[in-house]
Amino acid sequence: MLRDITLGQYYPTDSVLHRLDPRVKLLGTIVFLLSLFLFQNFTGYIIATVFLVSMILLSRVPFSFMVRGLKAVVILLAITVLINLFATPGIPLVSFWKFTITKEGIRSAAFMMLRLIYLIIGSSIMTLTTTPKNLTDGMEKSLSPLSKIKVPVHEIAMMMSIALSFIPILLEETDKIMKAQMARGADFESGNLFKRIKNMVPLLVPLFISAFRRANDLALAMEARCYQGGNGRTKMKPLKYHLRDLAAYLILALYLAATIVLPRIPALKL
Amino acid sequence: MSLIINHVSYYYNKNTAMEIKALDDVSFKIEDGEFLALIGQTGCGKSTLVQHLNGLLKPHEGAIYFNGENIADKDFDLHTYRGKVGLVFQYPEHQLFEEDVFTDVCFGPKNLGLPQSEVELRAYEALKQVGIADEYFYQSPFDLSGGEKRRVAIAGVLAMKPEVLILDEPTAGLDPKGRDDLLHLIRNLHDKNGITVILVTHSMDDVAAFADRILVMNAGQLVFDDEPRNVFANEEYLNRIGLSVPEVTRIMHLLYQKGLPVRQDAITIEEGLQACLEILR
Ligand SMILES: Nc1ncnc2c1ncn2[C@@H]1O[C@H](COP(=O)(O)OP(=O)(O)OP(=O)(O)O)[C@@H](O)[C@H]1O
Ligand SMILES: [Mg+2]
Repeated sequence: MLRDITLGQYYPTDSVLHRLDPRVKLLGTIVFLLSLFLFQNFTGYIIATVFLVSMILLSRVPFSFMVRGLKAVVILLAITVLINLFATPGIPLVSFWKFTITKEGIRSAAFMMLRLIYLIIGSSIMTLTTTPKNLTDGMEKSLSPLSKIKVPVHEIAMMMSIALSFIPILLEETDKIMKAQMARGADFESGNLFKRIKNMVPLLVPLFISAFRRANDLALAMEARCYQGGNGRTKMKPLKYHLRDLAAYLILALYLAATIVLPRIPALKL
Repeated sequence: MSLIINHVSYYYNKNTAMEIKALDDVSFKIEDGEFLALIGQTGCGKSTLVQHLNGLLKPHEGAIYFNGENIADKDFDLHTYRGKVGLVFQYPEHQLFEEDVFTDVCFGPKNLGLPQSEVELRAYEALKQVGIADEYFYQSPFDLSGGEKRRVAIAGVLAMKPEVLILDEPTAGLDPKGRDDLLHLIRNLHDKNGITVILVTHSMDDVAAFADRILVMNAGQLVFDDEPRNVFANEEYLNRIGLSVPEVTRIMHLLYQKGLPVRQDAITIEEGLQACLEILR
């Protein structure tokens, strides 16, 4: 029922990407996301596409699983594309009533759509191949220099990791409560918007109560085991770089260089 | 009423790396007025099976027929059906949400589209049946004790007046008295109101005392569908799939092994007593 939300969900399988150090994947994702906004022509997108497709293949996560994440943002996508399509000034191609579609409009709409889709798929590759635990470890370690200027890096990482690990739990809980209310004849699927929102009450009240209960239990359990923040805390499995991580950094550097240089070569401008 | 489960298989996370076959070719039949027990090790698929029975999950293979109609059909009225086959979930108290106990119990019958007077009458009856006193009716359900919450949640399903009542481990986490009360309530509903009951449980003693028939599951498959006495004759096999026999049966088996010629088919305390008295005469 609620299995469509892939963001923040881990897909357990064994692949090179799964084994990479989370810091590499974090940086890689950031580089990829930035690169999407760097280039203004199709050459850049071809490079990005090649890169993304290779990552998808390397990750061994079924493609259908990644696309599922897109479903959640279809509306956002549609709005962005429409705004770009109609609100970009330039050479008019078609016009009807008050709307005109320009050549530039089509171009920027296409760019925007690709950008958003790549952005979502790119970041879901990271979460699909990295356990939440690993992800926050990587984040904590990458950001640790900031703790010198009093940024609560450990606390932020801990909050993230708790939030991430609660996502599947809450989804499961939602599923359970939904089923239990449906067994009592509740209807979550029909009616107009207002009615549907009202019908959510039997789902949301128990869900909030259970979330609070869980949060409370977790806090107690952490305290009972003497958790007191990041000071002096060591890791059971400290992150260590392997050869493959260095290779990955190298590939990333190459990718970045390619996205900066190639689209600027006049002969390759598309 | 007849409910036929015909070669049902179900997978979680179908077509992904995490695919789990939770039900594997399960077939059985439920007759009117039966008291059925469903037992099996943790994770063997009991909850998955009972969710199929009231149409919350749809089988990937096979079908379920209620009075001859496939409940997965497009034009089958699932809404009414869920009123007829009531399902009480594991830890049902987590589904309470209304401001007061009475309104919460009204939720089910109200969803069936009954007139308000009928809804309230049913809620009242159901709360009385589970033994919730009047003074609790207008309290918040969240202020009740665990056992009371459980009973209110069960009343929420009873108020829909189901013909078949399915309870998924209703006694989990209750104290001995709470368990006994609840089991007697279920027994009463079966004996007096003629409701067909399917009880999912981990307690072999409860099964022996109440059930007409036992369904035993292991790893998604139905391995026994028989009277309690016949099922409990297979102690060794049951142990192998993580189950046991009632304490009394176990004692009878041990006595026999120590050389006392007792009958071994006793499954309740009374039968055990009889078996012992027989050899003393
Ligand atoms: N929502 C779900 N998603 C994925 N797998 C599930 C889900 N629910 C159950 N399973 C798996 O299906 C199998 C059967 O689960 P089920 O809940 O039916 O077991 P059960 O017999 O009710 O166990 P218990 O006695 O612990 O309640 C288990 O292996 C479980 O891990
Ligand atoms: Mg269960």
